[in-house]
Amino acid sequence: MKRSLALWLPLGLFVAFVALVAIGLLRPADRTVGTALVDKPLPQFELPPSLPEGQGVRSQELKGPLLLNIFASWCLPCQAEAPQLTQLAKAGVPIVGISVRDRPEAIKAFLDRHGNPYARIGADDGGQVQLALGSSGVPETYVIDAKGRIRHQHIGDIRPEHVPMLLDKLKAAQ
Amino acid sequence: MNGLRAILFALLALLAWPAVAQEMESTAPYANQQLVDPAQEAEAQALMQSLRCLQCQGQSIADSDAPIAGSMRSLVRERIAAGEQPEAIREWLIERYGDYVSYAPRVTALTWPLFVLPLVLVLVAALLVRRRFRRGDRP
Repeated sequence: MKRSLALWLPLGLFVAFVALVAIGLLRPADRTVGTALVDKPLPQFELPPSLPEGQGVRSQELKGPLLLNIFASWCLPCQAEAPQLTQLAKAGVPIVGISVRDRPEAIKAFLDRHGNPYARIGADDGGQVQLALGSSGVPETYVIDAKGRIRHQHIGDIRPEHVPMLLDKLKAAQ
Repeated sequence: MNGLRAILFALLALLAWPAVAQEMESTAPYANQQLVDPAQEAEAQALMQSLRCLQCQGQSIADSDAPIAGSMRSLVRERIAAGEQPEAIREWLIERYGDYVSYAPRVTALTWPLFVLPLVLVLVAALLVRRRFRRGDRP
């Protein structure tokens, strides 16, 4: 009895190994890198305006509830989320933009085409503020509360189904 | 004839559209420029080899062409030029992105078995081998 069990053991181990590999292949782990700064204060930064006629962004002035939207004119999902940002801005949500690795002419063309929901836009040409915020791509949207803390990070474009969730988070951030 | 040429040019310009739509290059100063001091550049290189690019996650920021990797290289070089220790820069990034951003393994509450288990296995193997050798000695 004991001997036959020992005989089957390698096969059992092999089946378990195959199952493990299959699970890993069929359901790959989620590799989105979220910021570790949720529920922490915004890092200190100061950005010049992205557009010559606009205002820059200083972290001390970011007392919410508001949305901090990291975007770029060269990013396609940013175009996809533009209608939702416009909708949020119309609902009275202050939206502050940070343009990453971009140029004024390109940003202006982008806003002319897709609408400008931003109260102000800061130019992060070197991408250093993006790194300070723990953001790993564009677009990303941070919910900032009344004390200037990060309460939520939304990674990727804001789709219509995300709007109520963001409004809830903003309400909770008062 | 001129009209035809204009149309042809417009069509050719359309062909170039994908190039226009591509991501802008990083404008961070030290994304693709080495530090003047070779010792500092070597230090920066060593650190960059062990930091993960956040966009193309299998690559280090030293290997990656992604714009965000350029920003990260510039961050590393600027801070090293300012006299910061490489490990402090790594810590700064881990604070923001978690352990995943670093390729250098760390001993934490979650990872300590990975470091202890090989030692345990070697100990068990040594014990087994010792018993074997003793048995061999007897006859």
